[in-house]
Amino acid sequence: MSSEYKYHSKIWLEEAEPENPFAAKACYCSGYDVYGQILPNAGWFDYLLLMFLGERPSPQSSRLMEKLAIALANPGPREASVRAGMNAGVAGTNHSSALMAALAVGAGQYGGAQEVVECVKLWQSCSTDLDRWTRALTNPDAPEFADIWLPMEHAPGFDPNGDVTPTPVKQVLNHLAEIAPSDGALCWLAAHRTDLESRVGYPLAMSGVASAAFVDLGFNPDQASMLYLIMRLPGAAAHALEQWDMGWKKFPYYGPAVELEPSADTIAESAEQDGEGQ
Amino acid sequence: MTHKRLLETESHWRTRVGKAFLSDRVVLHGLDLHRDLGDSNWIRLYLHAILGRDPGEKVAALLESYWVSTAYPDPSIWPNHVTALAASARSTPSLSLMAGLSVSEASIYGRRPEVRALDFFYRAGEHCDAGGALEDFVEREKAAGRNLYGYGRPLAKTDERIPFMMDKAREYGFAGGRYLKMSFDVYEYLNARYGFSMNVAALHAGLAADIGLTCQQYQLFLTPCFVTGMVPCYQDTMARPEGSFFPVRCESVVYEGPPKRDWFDDTATAG
Repeated sequence: MSSEYKYHSKIWLEEAEPENPFAAKACYCSGYDVYGQILPNAGWFDYLLLMFLGERPSPQSSRLMEKLAIALANPGPREASVRAGMNAGVAGTNHSSALMAALAVGAGQYGGAQEVVECVKLWQSCSTDLDRWTRALTNPDAPEFADIWLPMEHAPGFDPNGDVTPTPVKQVLNHLAEIAPSDGALCWLAAHRTDLESRVGYPLAMSGVASAAFVDLGFNPDQASMLYLIMRLPGAAAHALEQWDMGWKKFPYYGPAVELEPSADTIAESAEQDGEGQ
Repeated sequence: MTHKRLLETESHWRTRVGKAFLSDRVVLHGLDLHRDLGDSNWIRLYLHAILGRDPGEKVAALLESYWVSTAYPDPSIWPNHVTALAASARSTPSLSLMAGLSVSEASIYGRRPEVRALDFFYRAGEHCDAGGALEDFVEREKAAGRNLYGYGRPLAKTDERIPFMMDKAREYGFAGGRYLKMSFDVYEYLNARYGFSMNVAALHAGLAADIGLTCQQYQLFLTPCFVTGMVPCYQDTMARPEGSFFPVRCESVVYEGPPKRDWFDDTATAG
Protein backbone atom coordinates (compact mmCIF):
# COMPACT_ATOMS: atom_id res chain seq x y z
CA MET A 1 0.00 0.00 0.00
CA SER A 2 1.22 3.48 -0.73
CA SER A 3 -0.21 6.95 -1.12
CA GLU A 4 -1.38 8.50 -4.37
CA TYR A 5 0.03 11.82 -3.16
CA LYS A 6 3.60 12.31 -4.36
CA TYR A 7 6.17 15.05 -4.09
CA HIS A 8 8.73 15.41 -6.87
CA SER A 9 12.35 16.38 -6.36
CA LYS A 10 15.53 16.63 -8.40
CA ILE A 11 17.49 17.12 -5.17
CA TRP A 12 16.47 14.41 -2.76
CA LEU A 13 16.16 10.64 -2.84
CA GLU A 14 15.27 8.53 0.17
CA GLU A 15 15.26 4.77 0.66
CA ALA A 16 13.11 3.44 3.46
CA GLU A 17 14.01 1.22 6.38
CA PRO A 18 12.45 -2.21 5.71
CA GLU A 19 10.44 -2.02 8.94
CA ASN A 20 9.00 1.49 8.44
CA PRO A 21 8.17 3.18 5.13
CA PHE A 22 8.17 6.56 6.93
CA ALA A 23 11.78 6.27 8.15
CA ALA A 24 14.74 6.69 5.82
CA LYS A 25 17.54 4.14 5.70
CA ALA A 26 19.57 6.27 3.29
CA CYS A 27 19.26 9.80 1.88
CA TYR A 28 20.91 11.06 -1.29
CA CYS A 29 21.42 14.69 -2.26
CA SER A 30 21.82 15.05 -6.03
CA GLY A 31 23.03 11.47 -6.09
CA TYR A 32 25.49 11.63 -3.17
CA ASP A 33 24.93 9.61 0.01
CA VAL A 34 24.27 12.31 2.63
CA TYR A 35 25.00 10.39 5.82
CA GLY A 36 27.39 7.83 4.31
CA GLN A 37 29.69 10.12 2.28
CA ILE A 38 28.81 13.82 2.53
CA LEU A 39 28.73 13.92 6.34
CA PRO A 40 32.25 12.51 6.85
CA ASN A 41 33.87 14.10 3.81
CA ALA A 42 32.24 17.44 2.90
CA GLY A 43 32.19 20.87 4.45
CA TRP A 44 28.99 22.76 5.23
CA PHE A 45 29.47 24.99 2.19
CA ASP A 46 30.24 22.08 -0.13
CA TYR A 47 26.91 20.66 0.94
CA LEU A 48 25.01 23.95 0.59
CA LEU A 49 26.34 24.51 -2.92
CA LEU A 50 25.51 20.93 -3.86
CA MET A 51 21.99 21.33 -2.51
CA PHE A 52 21.27 24.54 -4.42
CA LEU A 53 23.21 23.93 -7.63
CA GLY A 54 23.05 20.17 -7.96
CA GLU A 55 26.76 19.56 -8.46
CA ARG A 56 29.67 19.02 -6.10
CA PRO A 57 31.41 22.42 -5.99
CA SER A 58 35.03 23.22 -6.65
CA PRO A 59 37.17 24.05 -3.60
CA GLN A 60 37.33 27.66 -4.88
CA SER A 61 33.53 27.96 -4.89
CA SER A 62 33.18 26.49 -1.40
CA ARG A 63 35.83 28.87 -0.10
CA LEU A 64 34.10 31.86 -1.68
CA MET A 65 30.77 30.73 -0.23
CA GLU A 66 32.27 30.34 3.24
CA LYS A 67 33.88 33.78 3.17
CA LEU A 68 30.61 35.31 1.94
CA ALA A 69 28.80 33.59 4.80
CA ILE A 70 31.23 35.11 7.29
CA ALA A 71 30.77 38.54 5.73
CA LEU A 72 26.99 38.31 5.98
CA ALA A 73 26.61 36.36 9.22
CA ASN A 74 26.10 39.37 11.45
CA PRO A 75 25.05 42.71 10.00
CA GLY A 76 25.19 44.00 13.59
CA PRO A 77 22.57 45.36 15.98
CA ARG A 78 22.04 48.60 14.03
CA GLU A 79 20.81 46.76 10.95
CA ALA A 80 17.03 46.54 10.57
CA SER A 81 16.65 42.75 10.41
CA VAL A 82 18.87 42.21 13.43
CA ARG A 83 17.02 44.96 15.29
CA ALA A 84 13.78 43.16 14.50
CA GLY A 85 15.21 39.96 15.96
CA MET A 86 16.39 41.87 19.02
CA ASN A 87 13.00 43.49 19.39
CA ALA A 88 11.54 40.00 19.49
CA GLY A 89 14.22 38.55 21.72
CA VAL A 90 14.15 41.24 24.38
CA ALA A 91 10.53 40.41 25.16
CA GLY A 92 11.20 36.71 25.42
CA THR A 93 9.22 35.66 22.41
CA ASN A 94 9.60 32.35 20.59
CA HIS A 95 12.94 31.79 18.92
CA SER A 96 11.10 31.25 15.66
CA SER A 97 9.29 34.56 16.07
CA ALA A 98 12.62 36.34 16.39
CA LEU A 99 13.89 34.70 13.23
CA MET A 100 10.60 35.27 11.39
CA ALA A 101 10.85 38.95 12.33
CA ALA A 102 14.44 39.09 11.09
CA LEU A 103 13.47 37.32 7.88
CA ALA A 104 10.49 39.59 7.17
CA VAL A 105 12.48 42.76 7.74
CA GLY A 106 15.56 41.35 6.04
CA ALA A 107 13.48 40.50 3.00
CA GLY A 108 13.06 44.14 2.05
CA GLN A 109 14.24 46.24 -0.84
CA TYR A 110 16.51 48.48 1.26
CA GLY A 111 19.47 46.31 2.15
CA GLY A 112 17.42 43.10 2.17
CA ALA A 113 16.89 40.04 0.04
CA GLN A 114 14.60 41.72 -2.49
CA GLU A 115 17.39 44.19 -3.21
CA VAL A 116 19.66 41.21 -3.91
CA VAL A 117 17.02 39.82 -6.28
CA GLU A 118 16.96 43.09 -8.21
CA CYS A 119 20.74 43.35 -8.19
CA VAL A 120 21.33 39.80 -9.47
CA LYS A 121 18.77 40.48 -12.21
CA LEU A 122 20.85 43.50 -13.19
CA TRP A 123 23.93 41.29 -13.40
CA GLN A 124 22.00 39.01 -15.73
CA SER A 125 21.01 41.89 -18.01
CA CYS A 126 24.08 44.15 -17.74
CA SER A 127 26.89 41.63 -17.21
CA THR A 128 30.13 43.63 -17.29
CA ASP A 129 28.92 46.39 -19.58
CA LEU A 130 29.51 49.68 -17.79
CA ASP A 131 27.19 51.67 -20.01
CA ARG A 132 24.34 49.24 -19.45
CA TRP A 133 24.94 49.35 -15.71
CA THR A 134 24.91 53.12 -15.76
CA ARG A 135 21.59 53.24 -17.60
CA ALA A 136 20.00 50.60 -15.39
CA LEU A 137 21.17 52.18 -12.14
CA THR A 138 20.54 55.83 -12.93
CA ASN A 139 17.55 55.66 -15.24
CA PRO A 140 15.62 52.43 -14.56
CA ASP A 141 12.51 51.58 -16.52
CA ALA A 142 9.30 52.39 -14.65
CA PRO A 143 7.26 49.27 -13.85
CA GLU A 144 4.33 48.83 -16.22
CA PHE A 145 2.05 47.37 -13.57
CA ALA A 146 1.62 47.20 -9.82
CA ASP A 147 2.97 44.36 -7.71
CA ILE A 148 3.20 43.29 -4.07
CA TRP A 149 6.68 44.84 -4.21
CA LEU A 150 6.78 48.57 -4.84
CA PRO A 151 9.25 50.05 -7.31
CA MET A 152 12.83 50.32 -6.04
CA GLU A 153 13.56 53.72 -4.50
CA HIS A 154 17.31 53.57 -5.07
CA ALA A 155 19.94 51.90 -7.25
CA PRO A 156 20.05 48.20 -6.24
CA GLY A 157 23.26 47.28 -4.44
CA PHE A 158 24.02 50.83 -3.37
CA ASP A 159 23.16 52.76 -0.21
CA PRO A 160 21.18 55.97 -0.74
CA ASN A 161 21.86 56.97 2.86
CA GLY A 162 25.61 56.71 2.43
CA ASP A 163 28.31 59.27 1.77
CA VAL A 164 31.43 57.14 1.58
CA THR A 165 31.92 53.43 1.01
CA PRO A 166 32.08 51.83 4.47
CA THR A 167 35.41 50.17 5.13
CA PRO A 168 33.89 46.71 5.78
CA VAL A 169 32.16 46.85 2.37
CA LYS A 170 35.53 47.55 0.72
CA GLN A 171 37.25 44.89 2.83
CA VAL A 172 34.68 42.25 1.89
CA LEU A 173 34.73 43.20 -1.79
CA ASN A 174 38.51 43.16 -1.95
CA HIS A 175 38.86 39.86 -0.10
CA LEU A 176 36.14 38.09 -2.06
CA ALA A 177 37.56 39.41 -5.34
CA GLU A 178 40.93 37.90 -4.41
CA ILE A 179 39.47 34.41 -4.21
CA ALA A 180 36.84 34.79 -6.96
CA PRO A 181 37.25 34.02 -10.67
CA SER A 182 39.36 36.76 -12.28
CA ASP A 183 36.83 37.24 -15.08
CA GLY A 184 33.81 37.26 -12.76
CA ALA A 185 31.43 39.78 -11.25
CA LEU A 186 33.35 40.46 -8.03
CA CYS A 187 36.60 41.33 -9.83
CA TRP A 188 34.74 43.54 -12.29
CA LEU A 189 32.90 45.26 -9.45
CA ALA A 190 36.14 45.82 -7.53
CA ALA A 191 37.70 47.36 -10.64
CA HIS A 192 34.72 49.62 -11.42
CA ARG A 193 33.38 50.38 -7.94
CA THR A 194 34.43 54.03 -7.74
CA ASP A 195 33.26 54.69 -11.29
CA LEU A 196 29.84 53.17 -10.58
CA GLU A 197 29.56 55.02 -7.28
CA SER A 198 30.24 58.36 -8.89
CA ARG A 199 27.64 57.67 -11.57
CA VAL A 200 25.03 56.53 -9.04
CA GLY A 201 25.83 59.29 -6.58
CA TYR A 202 26.12 57.16 -3.48
CA PRO A 203 28.28 54.27 -2.31
CA LEU A 204 28.21 50.53 -2.83
CA ALA A 205 26.41 48.54 -0.11
CA MET A 206 27.06 45.07 1.28
CA SER A 207 24.00 43.84 -0.65
CA GLY A 208 25.79 44.82 -3.86
CA VAL A 209 28.93 42.92 -2.92
CA ALA A 210 26.87 39.87 -1.90
CA SER A 211 24.96 39.98 -5.19
CA ALA A 212 28.18 39.90 -7.19
CA ALA A 213 29.40 36.97 -5.10
CA PHE A 214 26.16 35.08 -5.72
CA VAL A 215 26.59 35.70 -9.45
CA ASP A 216 30.15 34.34 -9.36
CA LEU A 217 28.88 31.27 -7.49
CA GLY A 218 26.33 30.61 -10.21
CA PHE A 219 23.13 31.42 -8.36
CA ASN A 220 20.02 32.86 -9.98
CA PRO A 221 18.07 35.70 -8.30
CA ASP A 222 15.77 33.35 -6.35
CA GLN A 223 18.63 31.21 -5.05
CA ALA A 224 20.62 34.31 -4.14
CA SER A 225 17.66 35.71 -2.22
CA MET A 226 17.15 32.52 -0.21
CA LEU A 227 20.82 32.24 0.70
CA TYR A 228 21.10 35.92 1.60
CA LEU A 229 18.14 35.47 3.97
CA ILE A 230 19.69 32.37 5.54
CA MET A 231 23.20 33.75 5.79
CA ARG A 232 22.18 36.85 7.74
CA LEU A 233 20.20 34.94 10.38
CA PRO A 234 23.06 33.98 12.74
CA GLY A 235 23.58 37.55 13.89
CA ALA A 236 19.85 38.11 14.36
CA ALA A 237 19.64 34.93 16.44
CA ALA A 238 22.66 35.73 18.60
CA HIS A 239 21.56 39.31 19.25
CA ALA A 240 17.97 38.24 19.97
CA LEU A 241 19.19 35.90 22.69
CA GLU A 242 21.63 38.50 23.93
CA GLN A 243 18.88 41.07 24.43
CA TRP A 244 16.77 38.67 26.46
CA ASP A 245 19.76 38.14 28.74
CA MET A 246 20.48 41.87 28.77
CA GLY A 247 16.95 42.68 29.90
CA TRP A 248 14.27 45.04 28.65
CA LYS A 249 15.32 47.90 30.90
CA LYS A 250 18.43 48.37 28.79
CA PHE A 251 16.51 48.23 25.54
CA PRO A 252 15.43 51.50 23.91
CA TYR A 253 11.82 52.52 24.29
CA TYR A 254 11.03 55.17 21.71
CA GLY A 255 7.79 56.41 23.30
CA PRO A 256 9.06 59.91 24.09
CA ALA A 257 10.57 60.16 20.60
CA VAL A 258 7.22 59.72 18.86
CA GLU A 259 5.56 63.10 18.51
CA LEU A 260 1.97 63.33 17.36
CA GLU A 261 1.45 66.48 15.35
CA PRO A 262 -0.83 68.74 17.41
CA SER A 263 -3.30 69.11 14.56
CA ALA A 264 -3.74 65.31 14.54
CA ASP A 265 -4.28 65.03 18.28
CA THR A 266 -7.62 64.71 20.01
CA ILE A 267 -6.60 67.10 22.78
CA ALA A 268 -6.51 70.01 20.33
CA GLU A 269 -9.92 69.00 19.03
CA SER A 270 -11.32 68.75 22.57
CA ALA A 271 -9.89 72.15 23.47
CA GLU A 272 -11.53 73.70 20.42
CA GLN A 273 -14.86 72.12 21.30
CA ASP A 274 -14.55 73.30 24.91
CA GLY A 275 -13.78 76.82 23.69
CA GLU A 276 -16.76 76.83 21.38
CA GLY A 277 -19.03 75.76 24.19
CA GLN A 278 -18.02 78.56 26.52
CA MET B 1 22.42 61.56 -1.30
CA THR B 2 23.75 61.64 2.20
CA HIS B 3 23.40 60.24 5.67
CA LYS B 4 22.32 63.68 6.90
CA ARG B 5 18.65 62.92 6.30
CA LEU B 6 18.99 60.14 8.90
CA LEU B 7 19.87 62.69 11.58
CA GLU B 8 16.32 64.10 11.46
CA THR B 9 14.71 60.84 12.55
CA GLU B 10 17.45 59.38 14.73
CA SER B 11 15.69 60.37 17.95
CA HIS B 12 12.48 62.00 16.75
CA TRP B 13 9.52 60.62 14.78
CA ARG B 14 6.87 63.22 14.01
CA THR B 15 3.65 61.66 12.79
CA ARG B 16 -0.01 62.23 12.08
CA VAL B 17 -1.21 58.61 12.18
CA GLY B 18 -1.53 58.30 15.91
CA LYS B 19 0.06 57.60 19.26
CA ALA B 20 -0.55 55.69 22.45
CA PHE B 21 -0.44 58.10 25.37
CA LEU B 22 -0.21 55.30 27.90
CA SER B 23 -2.44 55.65 30.97
CA ASP B 24 -4.28 58.47 29.20
CA ARG B 25 -5.59 58.02 25.64
CA VAL B 26 -4.86 56.45 22.27
CA VAL B 27 -5.20 58.51 19.11
CA LEU B 28 -5.80 56.92 15.71
CA HIS B 29 -6.00 59.22 12.70
CA GLY B 30 -7.12 62.12 14.84
CA LEU B 31 -9.75 60.22 16.82
CA ASP B 32 -9.71 58.82 20.34
CA LEU B 33 -9.67 55.05 20.02
CA HIS B 34 -11.83 54.34 23.04
CA ARG B 35 -14.04 57.45 23.08
CA ASP B 36 -14.67 57.97 19.36
CA LEU B 37 -14.08 54.56 17.82
CA GLY B 38 -14.98 52.29 20.70
CA ASP B 39 -18.31 51.24 19.21
CA SER B 40 -16.86 50.38 15.80
CA ASN B 41 -16.72 46.75 14.77
CA TRP B 42 -13.23 45.43 14.21
CA ILE B 43 -13.25 45.26 10.40
CA ARG B 44 -14.55 48.83 10.15
CA LEU B 45 -11.83 49.96 12.54
CA TYR B 46 -9.22 48.05 10.53
CA LEU B 47 -10.38 49.80 7.37
CA HIS B 48 -10.31 53.12 9.22
CA ALA B 49 -6.69 52.42 10.15
CA ILE B 50 -5.83 51.61 6.51
CA LEU B 51 -7.72 54.47 4.87
CA GLY B 52 -7.21 57.14 7.51
CA ARG B 53 -10.95 57.74 7.58
CA ASP B 54 -14.16 55.93 8.34
CA PRO B 55 -15.02 53.78 5.30
CA GLY B 56 -18.73 54.00 6.07
CA GLU B 57 -21.05 51.20 7.09
CA LYS B 58 -21.76 49.81 3.62
CA VAL B 59 -18.15 49.74 2.40
CA ALA B 60 -17.11 48.06 5.65
CA ALA B 61 -19.92 45.52 5.37
CA LEU B 62 -19.10 44.73 1.74
CA LEU B 63 -15.39 44.33 2.42
CA GLU B 64 -16.05 42.24 5.51
CA SER B 65 -17.89 39.83 3.24
CA TYR B 66 -14.58 39.27 1.37
CA TRP B 67 -13.23 37.78 4.59
CA VAL B 68 -16.38 35.79 5.20
CA SER B 69 -16.37 34.41 1.66
CA THR B 70 -12.80 33.14 1.96
CA ALA B 71 -12.99 31.58 5.45
CA TYR B 72 -12.47 28.02 4.17
CA PRO B 73 -11.61 25.57 6.95
CA ASP B 74 -10.02 23.11 4.55
CA PRO B 75 -6.46 21.91 5.15
CA SER B 76 -5.93 21.11 1.49
CA ILE B 77 -5.86 24.86 0.78
CA TRP B 78 -2.17 25.68 0.79
CA PRO B 79 -1.97 28.40 3.47
CA ASN B 80 -4.19 26.28 5.72
CA HIS B 81 -1.99 23.29 4.94
CA VAL B 82 1.02 25.17 6.30
CA THR B 83 -0.90 25.99 9.47
CA ALA B 84 -1.94 22.36 9.84
CA LEU B 85 1.65 21.18 9.33
CA ALA B 86 2.70 23.57 12.08
CA ALA B 87 0.04 22.10 14.36
CA SER B 88 1.07 18.57 13.43
CA ALA B 89 4.62 19.51 14.43
CA ARG B 90 3.15 20.99 17.63
CA SER B 91 4.03 24.62 17.00
CA THR B 92 2.25 27.50 18.72
CA PRO B 93 -0.93 29.27 17.52
CA SER B 94 0.84 32.52 16.64
CA LEU B 95 3.62 30.83 14.72
CA SER B 96 1.20 28.53 12.92
CA LEU B 97 -1.24 31.25 11.89
CA MET B 98 1.46 33.74 10.93
CA ALA B 99 3.21 31.13 8.78
CA GLY B 100 -0.07 30.47 7.00
CA LEU B 101 -0.74 34.16 6.52
CA SER B 102 2.74 34.94 5.25
CA VAL B 103 2.53 32.30 2.52
CA SER B 104 -0.77 33.85 1.42
CA GLU B 105 1.30 36.52 -0.33
CA ALA B 106 1.75 34.05 -3.17
CA SER B 107 2.00 34.35 -6.93
CA ILE B 108 -0.69 31.90 -8.02
CA TYR B 109 -3.25 32.71 -5.33
CA GLY B 110 -3.69 35.35 -2.65
CA ARG B 111 -2.03 38.73 -2.56
CA ARG B 112 -0.12 38.98 -5.84
CA PRO B 113 -3.07 38.00 -8.07
CA GLU B 114 -5.34 40.30 -6.05
CA VAL B 115 -3.04 43.29 -6.42
CA ARG B 116 -2.44 42.60 -10.09
CA ALA B 117 -6.16 42.18 -10.75
CA LEU B 118 -7.00 45.54 -9.13
CA ASP B 119 -4.20 47.24 -11.06
CA PHE B 120 -5.46 45.60 -14.26
CA PHE B 121 -8.90 47.18 -13.87
CA TYR B 122 -7.49 50.62 -13.11
CA ARG B 123 -5.26 50.46 -16.18
CA ALA B 124 -8.13 49.10 -18.28
CA GLY B 125 -10.25 52.02 -17.08
CA GLU B 126 -7.57 54.50 -18.19
CA HIS B 127 -7.38 52.78 -21.56
CA CYS B 128 -11.15 53.04 -22.02
CA ASP B 129 -11.18 56.66 -20.80
CA ALA B 130 -8.71 57.44 -23.58
CA GLY B 131 -11.15 56.04 -26.11
CA GLY B 132 -9.77 52.51 -26.38
CA ALA B 133 -11.79 49.31 -26.47
CA LEU B 134 -11.71 46.99 -23.46
CA GLU B 135 -11.14 43.97 -25.70
CA ASP B 136 -8.05 45.60 -27.21
CA PHE B 137 -6.64 46.20 -23.75
CA VAL B 138 -7.22 42.57 -22.78
CA GLU B 139 -5.53 41.36 -25.95
CA ARG B 140 -2.61 43.71 -25.39
CA GLU B 141 -2.09 42.30 -21.91
CA LYS B 142 -2.26 38.76 -23.22
CA ALA B 143 0.15 39.57 -26.04
CA ALA B 144 2.60 40.97 -23.47
CA GLY B 145 2.53 37.54 -21.81
CA ARG B 146 0.83 38.78 -18.66
CA ASN B 147 -1.46 36.62 -16.59
CA LEU B 148 -5.01 37.90 -16.47
CA TYR B 149 -5.45 37.38 -12.76
CA GLY B 150 -8.99 36.53 -11.74
CA TYR B 151 -9.69 34.59 -14.93
CA GLY B 152 -9.19 30.84 -15.12
CA ARG B 153 -8.81 28.86 -11.91
CA PRO B 154 -6.33 26.07 -11.27
CA LEU B 155 -8.54 23.66 -9.32
CA ALA B 156 -12.16 24.39 -10.20
CA LYS B 157 -14.26 25.48 -13.16
CA THR B 158 -16.69 27.65 -11.27
CA ASP B 159 -16.34 29.77 -8.16
CA GLU B 160 -19.00 29.45 -5.49
CA ARG B 161 -17.95 32.81 -4.03
CA ILE B 162 -19.17 34.77 -7.05
CA PRO B 163 -22.96 34.42 -6.42
CA PHE B 164 -22.33 35.02 -2.70
CA MET B 165 -20.42 38.22 -3.42
CA MET B 166 -22.94 39.40 -5.99
CA ASP B 167 -25.67 39.05 -3.38
CA LYS B 168 -23.60 41.15 -1.01
CA ALA B 169 -22.85 43.71 -3.74
CA ARG B 170 -26.58 44.10 -4.36
CA GLU B 171 -27.38 44.18 -0.63
CA TYR B 172 -24.92 46.99 0.06
CA GLY B 173 -25.54 48.98 -3.13
CA PHE B 174 -22.43 48.18 -5.16
CA ALA B 175 -23.94 46.08 -7.94
CA GLY B 176 -23.93 48.86 -10.53
CA GLY B 177 -20.31 49.99 -10.37
CA ARG B 178 -18.19 50.61 -13.45
CA TYR B 179 -15.39 48.21 -12.55
CA LEU B 180 -17.69 45.44 -11.37
CA LYS B 181 -19.36 45.60 -14.78
CA MET B 182 -15.93 45.64 -16.39
CA SER B 183 -14.95 42.46 -14.51
CA PHE B 184 -17.89 40.67 -16.12
CA ASP B 185 -17.28 42.24 -19.53
CA VAL B 186 -13.73 40.89 -19.47
CA TYR B 187 -15.08 37.49 -18.47
CA GLU B 188 -17.62 37.47 -21.29
CA TYR B 189 -14.91 38.28 -23.79
CA LEU B 190 -12.35 35.78 -22.46
CA ASN B 191 -14.95 33.06 -22.06
CA ALA B 192 -16.30 33.49 -25.58
CA ARG B 193 -12.88 33.68 -27.18
CA TYR B 194 -10.69 31.44 -24.99
CA GLY B 195 -13.06 29.50 -22.74
CA PHE B 196 -11.69 31.15 -19.60
CA SER B 197 -13.63 30.97 -16.35
CA MET B 198 -13.80 33.76 -13.80
CA ASN B 199 -12.93 33.51 -10.14
CA VAL B 200 -13.75 35.73 -7.24
CA ALA B 201 -10.41 37.59 -7.44
CA ALA B 202 -11.71 39.43 -10.51
CA LEU B 203 -15.02 40.27 -8.87
CA HIS B 204 -13.33 41.30 -5.60
CA ALA B 205 -10.92 43.53 -7.51
CA GLY B 206 -13.72 45.09 -9.54
CA LEU B 207 -15.61 45.98 -6.40
CA ALA B 208 -12.43 47.26 -4.71
CA ALA B 209 -11.82 49.48 -7.73
CA ASP B 210 -15.37 50.84 -7.47
CA ILE B 211 -14.66 51.64 -3.82
CA GLY B 212 -11.41 53.32 -4.92
CA LEU B 213 -8.88 51.34 -2.89
CA THR B 214 -5.25 51.68 -3.92
CA CYS B 215 -3.31 48.49 -4.57
CA GLN B 216 -1.48 48.82 -1.27
CA GLN B 217 -4.67 49.52 0.69
CA TYR B 218 -6.20 46.45 -0.91
CA GLN B 219 -3.14 44.33 -0.06
CA LEU B 220 -3.21 45.51 3.55
CA PHE B 221 -6.91 44.82 3.89
CA LEU B 222 -6.70 41.30 2.49
CA THR B 223 -3.52 40.21 4.28
CA PRO B 224 -5.26 38.61 7.29
CA CYS B 225 -8.32 37.40 5.38
CA PHE B 226 -7.56 33.64 5.33
CA VAL B 227 -6.97 33.48 9.08
CA THR B 228 -10.50 32.40 10.00
CA GLY B 229 -10.21 29.25 7.90
CA MET B 230 -6.83 28.43 9.41
CA VAL B 231 -8.01 28.28 13.00
CA PRO B 232 -10.14 25.13 12.69
CA CYS B 233 -7.34 23.47 10.70
CA TYR B 234 -4.95 24.21 13.53
CA GLN B 235 -7.33 22.92 16.20
CA ASP B 236 -8.29 19.81 14.26
CA THR B 237 -4.66 18.84 13.66
CA MET B 238 -3.69 19.62 17.24
CA ALA B 239 -6.33 17.16 18.43
CA ARG B 240 -4.74 14.31 16.43
CA PRO B 241 -1.50 12.45 17.17
CA GLU B 242 1.63 14.48 16.53
CA GLY B 243 3.08 14.06 13.06
CA SER B 244 -0.15 12.56 11.73
CA PHE B 245 -1.14 15.25 9.20
CA PHE B 246 -0.76 13.58 5.79
CA PRO B 247 2.56 11.88 6.61
CA VAL B 248 4.82 11.22 3.62
CA ARG B 249 6.52 7.86 3.14
CA CYS B 250 10.00 7.77 1.62
CA GLU B 251 8.81 6.42 -1.71
CA SER B 252 6.30 9.27 -2.04
CA VAL B 253 9.17 11.63 -2.78
CA VAL B 254 9.64 10.88 -6.45
CA TYR B 255 13.27 11.44 -7.34
CA GLU B 256 14.05 13.00 -10.70
CA GLY B 257 17.71 13.95 -10.21
CA PRO B 258 21.09 12.50 -11.13
CA PRO B 259 21.79 8.81 -10.43
CA LYS B 260 23.68 7.74 -7.34
CA ARG B 261 27.35 8.73 -7.52
CA ASP B 262 30.53 8.64 -5.51
CA TRP B 263 31.67 11.78 -3.63
CA PHE B 264 35.28 11.10 -4.66
CA ASP B 265 34.52 10.80 -8.36
CA ASP B 266 36.28 13.94 -9.64
CA THR B 267 34.52 13.85 -13.00
CA ALA B 268 31.39 15.15 -11.24
CA THR B 269 32.94 18.35 -9.84
CA ALA B 270 31.38 21.68 -10.85
CA GLY B 271 33.57 24.59 -11.92
